Amino acid sequence: MDIHAALSRRHLLATGAAAAAAVASALAPPARAQAADADGHARKLMGPFTAKEGRVHLKIKDVAESGTNEPVGVSVDSPMTPADYVKAIHVLAEGNPYPVVASWYLTPRSGRAEVNFRMRLAKTQMVRAYAVLSDGSVWMTRQEVKVTIGGCGG
Amino acid sequence: MANSDRVKVRIPAKAKKGEIIEIKTQLSHDMETGQRKDAAGKPIPRRIVNRFTCTWNGEPVVSADWYQAVSSNPFSSFFAVATASGKIKLSWWDETGEVFEYTHDIVVE
Repeated sequence: MDIHAALSRRHLLATGAAAAAAVASALAPPARAQAADADGHARKLMGPFTAKEGRVHLKIKDVAESGTNEPVGVSVDSPMTPADYVKAIHVLAEGNPYPVVASWYLTPRSGRAEVNFRMRLAKTQMVRAYAVLSDGSVWMTRQEVKVTIGGCGG
Repeated sequence: MANSDRVKVRIPAKAKKGEIIEIKTQLSHDMETGQRKDAAGKPIPRRIVNRFTCTWNGEPVVSADWYQAVSSNPFSSFFAVATASGKIKLSWWDETGEVFEYTHDIVVE
């Protein structure tokens, strides 16, 4: 009886682990597809690029109260002089029906590399911010935002 | 062109030369995504503002391309270096071709 119980327990654990793995693999592809889709849109905006992590700061809440009107701020460490300034800031939301949210184009006249606006989020997802500097380098950051009520209609 | 009554702004009236000022704006606009359906179940056609610009005496300060994920009544804030007295002009371009404009007079001393 004891052996039988141990076996069934082992069996249960094994099937449990297999089921968990199946769930994980079922969940992963859409997220990966979304990220690849967002990558494609980023390349369309900036051409072929390699982004380094850092210098860009994304100011957005971890948990969105409402997906329809979420304040988002992007700032970049830059002196904003004619020799060294931020040319563009792109914000992408991987899980939205159309991942590109907004592209901002700055000039040395901006004085400070910071923009704030409000965006819609369809569901819990990763939000990315890219900054293109005047020397052509690309910097980025990303943050996950949890959304309880989606904001893209439907 | 007269200032659009759909535009709200918060911009200082005066600034010191070289000072970085914040420009805050909001436009009344539905930013209809084209994904929503009306009570009869028919999709509501898309209508968004897809371009925004800010110029200071005609020189570009900031411009932006917006997509359907920008919220309704789009609020935005950004910065500008006060260079000379004159006009700060804000323009929003609707997909249908309608343009909303606002001109703010600023004194730089």
